[in-house]
Amino acid sequence: MSQISVESKPAAKPKKSGSLITRFARQWDIQLMVLPALAMIFVFSYIPMYGVLMAFQDYNIFGGMAESPWVGLKHFKMFFESPEFYTVMRNTIVISLLKFLIGFPAPILLALMLNEIRGMAFKRIVQTVSYLPHFLSWVIVAGFVMSMLSTDNGSLNILMQKLSLIDEPLGFLSIPEYFWTILVTTGVWKEIGFGSIVYLAAIAGVDPHMYEAADMDGASKFRQIFTITLPSIMPVVVIFMILAIGNLLTAGFEDILLLGVNPVLREVSDVIDTYVYRIGIQNTRFSYATAVGLFKAVISVGLLTIANYIARRSGNSLW
Amino acid sequence: MVRLGYGDKIMVVFIYIFLTLLAFTTFYPFWNSAVISFNTGSDTALGGITFWPREFTLENYGVVLNDTRLLNGFYISVLRTVIGTFLSIVTTSLFAYGMTKRELIGRKYYMIMCIITMYFSGGLIPSFLLIRGLGLMDSFWVFIIPGLISVWNMIIFRTFFSGLPAGLEESAKIDGCGNWGTFFRIILPLSGPVIATLSLFTAVGHWNDWFLPSIYINNENLLPIQTMLKQILNTNIVSDQMANLDSAAQGQLAKMQTVSSKSLSMATMMIATLPIILVYPFVQKYFVKGVLVGSLKE
Repeated sequence: MSQISVESKPAAKPKKSGSLITRFARQWDIQLMVLPALAMIFVFSYIPMYGVLMAFQDYNIFGGMAESPWVGLKHFKMFFESPEFYTVMRNTIVISLLKFLIGFPAPILLALMLNEIRGMAFKRIVQTVSYLPHFLSWVIVAGFVMSMLSTDNGSLNILMQKLSLIDEPLGFLSIPEYFWTILVTTGVWKEIGFGSIVYLAAIAGVDPHMYEAADMDGASKFRQIFTITLPSIMPVVVIFMILAIGNLLTAGFEDILLLGVNPVLREVSDVIDTYVYRIGIQNTRFSYATAVGLFKAVISVGLLTIANYIARRSGNSLW
Repeated sequence: MVRLGYGDKIMVVFIYIFLTLLAFTTFYPFWNSAVISFNTGSDTALGGITFWPREFTLENYGVVLNDTRLLNGFYISVLRTVIGTFLSIVTTSLFAYGMTKRELIGRKYYMIMCIITMYFSGGLIPSFLLIRGLGLMDSFWVFIIPGLISVWNMIIFRTFFSGLPAGLEESAKIDGCGNWGTFFRIILPLSGPVIATLSLFTAVGHWNDWFLPSIYINNENLLPIQTMLKQILNTNIVSDQMANLDSAAQGQLAKMQTVSSKSLSMATMMIATLPIILVYPFVQKYFVKGVLVGSLKE
């Protein structure tokens, strides 16, 4: 991101002739390239940002924001005191922490493993197969999961029955205890391969002389992973970790909506984003849902700032 | 090449086993779903279908491909993917080209305006109310217009354009090309790789989107196939009913008692996945490049 500010500085230097308006008129052709796009950004990004203010109003569907009364922090208080607050917050934090603790290191581990493979054909196959799920929609992935876990010819039930682990097929997607495991496993399954691309590229950039020197000193391959490869890719890891921490309250949305269909799962599946969707879009309590969403956004920005502050002290940062 | 020690050999063997398992678990759901879609539904209900169909049939596809609503959903998906990707790439690249011009008045402010949107957004509800207020509900253009300009893609395009030799533009100018002419005749034709990469990601995003149609579209004739598939899967899991079919497909269904909701939904899933699987081998080199452009430029 740093190059943006560096590049834009020289623009102001050469003295131009004429007033701002005539200079602007003279470059109408390039302004015409950017202004329509900026207008789109204004409409579809900035108007909703202004719309967030309705979190402090009692939104009136017929009058719009202009005619809605201001109510201060009423909706925030309502959320904090609501019976769902505890469940929603617990699920959000637990699910996102699980996803972070397992989903974040998984692609790094995969990249490290792929790097040790010498057979190019095998490596190519594993990469090709593991990248694919990233390109599938969550609907398809959820369809796979439902099919695998189904009591009606679900492969997992078939396998477990063959191994005599269970007598009767289990309806995994209607048992709350299994939901978090299913969610995290599915997420890793979908993104592990694609996530490893960046780390593989970082590993490819490590100076091969270091490995040669380590070989000469008799360090094992296993040892080299920890003393050469991992420290070398640390800057990339840290940047992605900062971004992941900023997203800590994004526990998931499409995956939870699709996999947590069964109402018995509500107790373990409801997170902030799905709650906002349910309350806002389905129950049309616009102001209240916006307040809940804003609450999440504020905490996320805070987390991102803190993570970046810590990272900066260690020498890597986003900004 | 240094000979591996004893411990390293164990590690390499372990890695091969692990990666084989990973590749298998990734591939298996595709394979199994395809197998179920080619097996008679009544037979699948008996269980035990894993690697190979027991009673091979094309009936499931026969029913699904006779369902005019699903075909219409497929058509809507193709239409929005093609139109949406084309318009988004053209407008975003044009925007990016304008932003490479140093003499552009306000360039710094424009850039700040763009970057802010990468960190802050209005969230679901205000966007929903905006779309509703603009009258885009139940309109095909709700698929195209709100996501037309991608700031992220603009920055990638801009970086690419800035890397092109400056002499190109100068010679175009000497030959009498204006800025627009230079962009369409010189710059765009030279941007094949970046256009391919970003088109790929934009197209996949369009094809896979099921959520926005589910909140913005009530008219069944405008639903893309992914949203329809979601409804089919939901009917399956909640009440295990037969997938909602239109009358033509019901007629087909009456003739074939062997299909089940499970075999039908698997066949539908295969059809919705097919375009991705078909283009995947050809675009792999582009997306690896694309990920790196996107992330390392950070």
